[in-house]
Amino acid sequence: MPAARAHIRTLLTGLGPVSGFGIGINPLWEGLCSGATAIRPITAFDASGFETPVAATLLPEHLDIRSIVPKNYRKATKVMARDIELAVAAALSAVQAAGLTTKGTAEGTPPTIPPDRFGCHIGAGLIPADSDELASAMLTSRTAEGGFDPGEWGRTGMANLTPLWLLKYLPNMLACHVTIIHDCQGPSNTITCAEASGGLSIGESVRVIRRGDADACLSGGAESKVNYMGLLRQTFAKRLAKVAAGSSGAGVVRPFDAAATGTILGEGGGMLIIESARSVERRGAKPLAEIAGFAALQCLCTDTVGVALDGAGEDIAAAIECALADAKARPDEIDAIVPLGSGIPSVDAAEADALRRVFGLRAASVPIVTVAPQVGICGAGTSALAACVGAQCLVTQRLPARLNASGSANFGLDADARAACDAKLRTVLVTTTGMGGQTSAIVLRRVA
Amino acid sequence: MTPHGKRTDQERVVVTGMGWVTPLGHDIETVWSALMRGASGMAPITRFDARTFPTSFAAEVKNFDVRPLLKDPKVHASAGINSQFALGAASQAWRQAGLDERPARNARRVGIYLGAGEGVIDTPNYLAANLGAWDAATGRTNGVEWARLGHSLMRAASEIEQEPNMPLAHIAREFGARGPSYNCLTACAASTQAIGEAVSILRGGEADVMIAGGAHTMIHVLGITGFNRLTALSTAAEDPTKASRPFDLTRGGFVMGEGAGVVILETLSHARSRGATPVAEIIGFGSSADSYRITDIEPEGRGAAAAMLQALGQAGIDPLSRRPDGRPWVDYISAHGTGTKENDSIESLAVKRVFGEMAKEVPMSSVKSMLGHLIAAAGAVEFITCVLAIERGMLPPTINYSTPDPECDLDYVPNTPRKAKVDTCLSNSFGFGGQNDTVCVTRFTE
Repeated sequence: MPAARAHIRTLLTGLGPVSGFGIGINPLWEGLCSGATAIRPITAFDASGFETPVAATLLPEHLDIRSIVPKNYRKATKVMARDIELAVAAALSAVQAAGLTTKGTAEGTPPTIPPDRFGCHIGAGLIPADSDELASAMLTSRTAEGGFDPGEWGRTGMANLTPLWLLKYLPNMLACHVTIIHDCQGPSNTITCAEASGGLSIGESVRVIRRGDADACLSGGAESKVNYMGLLRQTFAKRLAKVAAGSSGAGVVRPFDAAATGTILGEGGGMLIIESARSVERRGAKPLAEIAGFAALQCLCTDTVGVALDGAGEDIAAAIECALADAKARPDEIDAIVPLGSGIPSVDAAEADALRRVFGLRAASVPIVTVAPQVGICGAGTSALAACVGAQCLVTQRLPARLNASGSANFGLDADARAACDAKLRTVLVTTTGMGGQTSAIVLRRVA
Repeated sequence: MTPHGKRTDQERVVVTGMGWVTPLGHDIETVWSALMRGASGMAPITRFDARTFPTSFAAEVKNFDVRPLLKDPKVHASAGINSQFALGAASQAWRQAGLDERPARNARRVGIYLGAGEGVIDTPNYLAANLGAWDAATGRTNGVEWARLGHSLMRAASEIEQEPNMPLAHIAREFGARGPSYNCLTACAASTQAIGEAVSILRGGEADVMIAGGAHTMIHVLGITGFNRLTALSTAAEDPTKASRPFDLTRGGFVMGEGAGVVILETLSHARSRGATPVAEIIGFGSSADSYRITDIEPEGRGAAAAMLQALGQAGIDPLSRRPDGRPWVDYISAHGTGTKENDSIESLAVKRVFGEMAKEVPMSSVKSMLGHLIAAAGAVEFITCVLAIERGMLPPTINYSTPDPECDLDYVPNTPRKAKVDTCLSNSFGFGGQNDTVCVTRFTE
């Protein structure tokens, strides 16, 4: 960004989280503060063959995609994979929360944000093909032994797939649908850096607004790994806690607890409306928080692929320090921290190490917000959901409940289970390190 | 007007290294000389038995071994083919930039921005799990059986390597890069967008050096299937070398390619401080969304024109004005030019929207006619051809051009390369799903 524009302030004016508690900030906040958990046995398919047959899934009544898209867009819902549905629902929720008029909320009415000044940045994951759809299409392309016959597939089999099959699964289709529905013609991108994707998207929106290429952005991320391939890959990466058959999984995720055994997946993420201060002022909107600082850094991963993050604390600390510097904030100004807090031992250890490096002994007294025991880890949506939580802490001057964990003092942190409470919060840090070692750090500040 | 306007040396971004792995070779000189011969990288697909597929040919990378380029090949032993391409291209770029001999000031100020695609699915085992778990009685997948087959057939390393941030992770490990780190995936626009956003990160002072580009292959059963079902691929199998026909009336779709392109970008002040030689300067980047339909490009070229205009605006170039010597300010456009009916006519229209009457004076070619479409990696490879065009005063041709299309009435540098004075280029990439990106690159002058 040209230096002259670096002073452009970026404000949050709408939060649109999606989680196992439902769509929007109210159900999420109610769930988080009440100490409930959305982790439940997976019912979308028989997951009993997996070590972790539970997840924080949306219930069917939470999301009816056809009812939340404009009537003339209903046909397009046929080519929306689950991740796309989540992003579309989150985007509408954010737009409504911010009080914006878009083509998607009122076609024909002048939009609040000029379309060519409205950007969109969405964190997305690898979307696997629907197994039922793919297998049923392949049935006529089997060898005598029952294996896949590429010859027959090429001749006749592939025609069993709908022509638009591929478009359900391209990661940039989240942004494609969202930009069409809300007519965002400005800069648009899809970030695919695992759990850091949403946070990195928020950072990119900030950059785009600061450099003057947009007035507002729909920004965030969404994913559901609650499917065969998602569960298998996360099991292979040794990130998931084993859950006994018949268990609800409610007490399993224990962030910053020496007894932690891994995490549990969630469906969700969130979209946020990020606006330049000028745009907010022009339309007389009420900002929820300021994105005062941002940084992205790569952790050095000794295993190359960033599954084990042992030793990454130094790099995560550097990311936090860069974000604080961008916000011109001192560590002692941070009143609460929303880390990944996954309950994956090596990742928790790296995050705790980072926080001790940045905050020193004070790390033990800055409240940590851990939501994974309640909404799981939502892939590319994780850090966007975390940003919604951090902003809502500032708005409500409240910290949500924490579940399951005990003994976080051993990590030098304040993260044990406790009820929701009021708190005086001016500045909140949201930091996420994903599989692969990409890290985003965001400093949110209360606007008086 | 100077191309860098009022930017300081901290805000000026220069290219100091380039590398690529393509269907026409694995180093700058081999590929450039092939492009200057008008060679074609297309041939029948060898990766799997595609003989009965509607499209049975592609532009594959041939005989590529990344190991001799790596500092410690062991730590990349499980790398997927897309990560291998990325490492190959990045190693060349890193070497040209001399970053081993004259290192960057601080590894935390060396970032990466890739537009890399997902890894290749473990096709035989993945399909076997899906077929084997099918329950004919219920007409659905048996979840327990799928889990059993999945765990027993598929391999952890192979599955993890398919995540789209893995080329990024491998590059970070190879070069010890610990700065801002991103992977974007906006289909065919991804690596142009990666280069553009990397510039933004450098200008904002978040990094001194960015490794930027992309890598991808979709030459596998489900990749070809997906694009065949969309009827986006050429099916002209008689002579694959003639199948990619951008801007020609008889064009019938794109030809799948694969590979990687990576560049080293630096702030000019950092390049100077370590004595690196700038080979070009990036002066503009534009990004837009069509916001139109999931399957079609906006027919007036609105989004494509917006990306070009934004890039030119950042560069301080008025496309309707001329240089003092009468030439247009832009000397060459590397077209997205896929060879689909829709793209090529709408891209031509968008260029006319931007340059008006002058559009016919701005040569625009598509190297996809020779290299095929490298999908996420296409933009970075095409960006490198722009830098080489500036450096060498030659424009790569659009081969297989024989029948003019009235809707494509610009100068496409047909069939033979052309000597030209090239100072400033645009590199266009437009992704499926409506993301449009343009980078403006110019000759480096003090």
